[in-house]
Amino acid sequence: MSNSNKKWFSLNLNSSTKQTSASCGCGNTAGDCHSKEEPELSEQEFLAAAVDASIGEETHKDGFEQVFDVKMDRRSAFKKLTASLLIGAGAVSTSCSTLAGDDSKEKAQIDWEEQFKGNYKLMSDDEKKATVNRLVRSYQLRTGKTISMSSQNAHKDVLYGYAFNISKCQGYMDCVTACVEENNQDRNSQMQYIRIHEMKDGKGFNFNEADDNYYHEVPAEGHFYMGTQCFHCDNPPCIEVCPVQATWREDDGLVVVDYDWCVGCRYCMAACPYDGRRFNWSKPEVPENEVNKNQHYLGNRMRKKGVVEKCTFCVQRSRAGKNPACVEACPTGARIFGNLLDPNSTIRWVLENKKVFRLKEDLGTEPKFWYFMD
Amino acid sequence: MRRFKVFTSLVKDSFDIITRGSKKYHLWMGLLTFIMLVGMYCYSIQLDQGLSVTGMTDRVSWGLYISNFTFLVGVAAAAVMLVMPTYVLKDIDFKQAVLIGEGLAVAALIMCLAFVVADMGGPSVLWHMIPGIGVFNFPNSMLTWDVIVLNGYLFLNISIPFYILFRHYQGKESKKSVYIPGALLSVFWAVGIHLVTAFLYQGLQARPFWNNALLGPRFLASAFAAGPALIILVLAIIRTYTEFKIKDKTLKKIAMVVTVAAQINLIMLISELFKEFYAPTHHSESAYYLFFGLDGKTALLPWIWTAISLNVLATVLLTFHKLRNNFRVLFFSCFILFVAIWIEKGFGLIVPGFIPGPYGKIAEYTPTGIEIGVTLGIWAMGAFIFTMLAKTAIGIETGTLRYKK
Repeated sequence: MSNSNKKWFSLNLNSSTKQTSASCGCGNTAGDCHSKEEPELSEQEFLAAAVDASIGEETHKDGFEQVFDVKMDRRSAFKKLTASLLIGAGAVSTSCSTLAGDDSKEKAQIDWEEQFKGNYKLMSDDEKKATVNRLVRSYQLRTGKTISMSSQNAHKDVLYGYAFNISKCQGYMDCVTACVEENNQDRNSQMQYIRIHEMKDGKGFNFNEADDNYYHEVPAEGHFYMGTQCFHCDNPPCIEVCPVQATWREDDGLVVVDYDWCVGCRYCMAACPYDGRRFNWSKPEVPENEVNKNQHYLGNRMRKKGVVEKCTFCVQRSRAGKNPACVEACPTGARIFGNLLDPNSTIRWVLENKKVFRLKEDLGTEPKFWYFMD
Repeated sequence: MRRFKVFTSLVKDSFDIITRGSKKYHLWMGLLTFIMLVGMYCYSIQLDQGLSVTGMTDRVSWGLYISNFTFLVGVAAAAVMLVMPTYVLKDIDFKQAVLIGEGLAVAALIMCLAFVVADMGGPSVLWHMIPGIGVFNFPNSMLTWDVIVLNGYLFLNISIPFYILFRHYQGKESKKSVYIPGALLSVFWAVGIHLVTAFLYQGLQARPFWNNALLGPRFLASAFAAGPALIILVLAIIRTYTEFKIKDKTLKKIAMVVTVAAQINLIMLISELFKEFYAPTHHSESAYYLFFGLDGKTALLPWIWTAISLNVLATVLLTFHKLRNNFRVLFFSCFILFVAIWIEKGFGLIVPGFIPGPYGKIAEYTPTGIEIGVTLGIWAMGAFIFTMLAKTAIGIETGTLRYKK
């Protein structure tokens, strides 16, 4: 099954070949999402490179050309245009206004830069840091409170996976509450990433007759429970349909959304076979004292209205080496999370020793979310 | 330089002609303006509060806007049914109607784009979709294909009639060598826009109701029935109220197109129904919801059965030559056929795709007043644009609008 022509990554649990960074599922239509490897240089090329490094552009350019004839991709060109516009606009506003304080000027500048920034997926690490700093500063200016926001990239040799023990889940929904609190979801619309389906014993996995919105004491007699959320598919249909690549699969397998790049067309919601995505129909609101201030750009930072969001396996926690909030909150131990590429991880033990299955496997989406029973 | 002068004069003259007219004309335009203003007011509420003012939810995430968009792509594509006979097959009888058909396509396309923008959660960041400064996920996303084909078709349908009218405005004949290549291209392009729009839905393995090979072809058949039906109605109005005389023969030929398309559409409907209900599977649940309701949820029942009966009635009426050649019957059948396909290819197609949800949840969808207001506003805008285009085109074609040297 190690067919490298395959468009998506397939789990290869029993083979000795390790997953390399070549298995990127981002669709590679624009830019590359993993670092390029330096090719070996021949002697001549080395000489040329050395000359280029020491005197560089000056070899055949001077004056005007040095300023204007610079190699530039459209993103940086656009950014420079924006910057010059900003300087112009800033100069005008400084000279004209005597009332506006420094804070409101800074706020306006941040808002402007945020409005015209690029897609996070295509940003360099410095650009990622810059936007995160702007967002932190903007939050500080608006609320006077300081948050910490990370732009940490995927670790090497990590591929996250999840397993759900149907025999253990009792339907307490502590995972749902923990998820909402951890991920700063809109309280008004009671948005929840996780749905717990209450099913009748003896009817099998009959989702049609299941109840995913119960309000009674659990575990209810003669019922069992099954949780669903985003399955972080290895071949996710949702990322293919996005017209602007605002959602993609990271190298560690997380399917994430750049909330600032999303245009809100909701095509991904139509394409998801697992009900994994949620939309901010109004401006999301979280009471100030309940805001989780430990944030990640791709994870639980505050969203705006009109964008899609979803479970990220708590990227702000998982990339910091912790379990997602739902795993930690589960009182029965029904939820297992870990690195699929680590042969000693619990998740690998489950996959190798239990009879596991996934939902709607016939669709070819390759979810990284398995169910099993004791 | 001379061309520029002619162009300025054309703009001035057409502005004159569209701001003058009978009392009825002013009343019509006033009414459309009023509806557009109401629509804009509704849209301003939506911009302010977000899409929560619509009936859409996480369970049914596309509604009236996308339904109308889908249907109108078909109306736009239908212009090809007049373009092909006139420019390619050189059938003289269609010649007068073709400009009207292309005008209708332009109006329908602008409405399509307006519906898509109205459906967006973040219209202020739509520049992310512009190739060059944004990220255009081509060719993976069918939505980017749709952006390309719709805008290309809009360009073709503006440029070809503009060239012809511009020549006629100066009292010159239009050169075939200039517009025939464009016309030929637009024939294929028209099929393209509707197929691509169907692929938008057809390509989603998550929604079995759409994930069906007949969807694209059936889109085409229904479009070539509903679009020309609308053109017949519009031509009937034009020949009653203006100098522009359209021959009976033209209407009858377009009626023939409508009839054949409606018949094919009906055959495909039967094929679809057979597949869903002869040996129903888990994947037939959306069809069950649409036609019979599920778990007592029956919001779409009255709509779809109205659509089916109107569809059958219209097709039967059109099939008999005697009835079809009677203009009263023809106009009536065209009207009910248009309504039937609007229901069937609009929310009769989009909404059941989401019901039941991925895990069998049945959450129904009802559009809100604001949503309906925006929708009506966009339709009024389409009618407004079409009226202006048609009035100018008729002025030039009847010779009242000419360049004065």
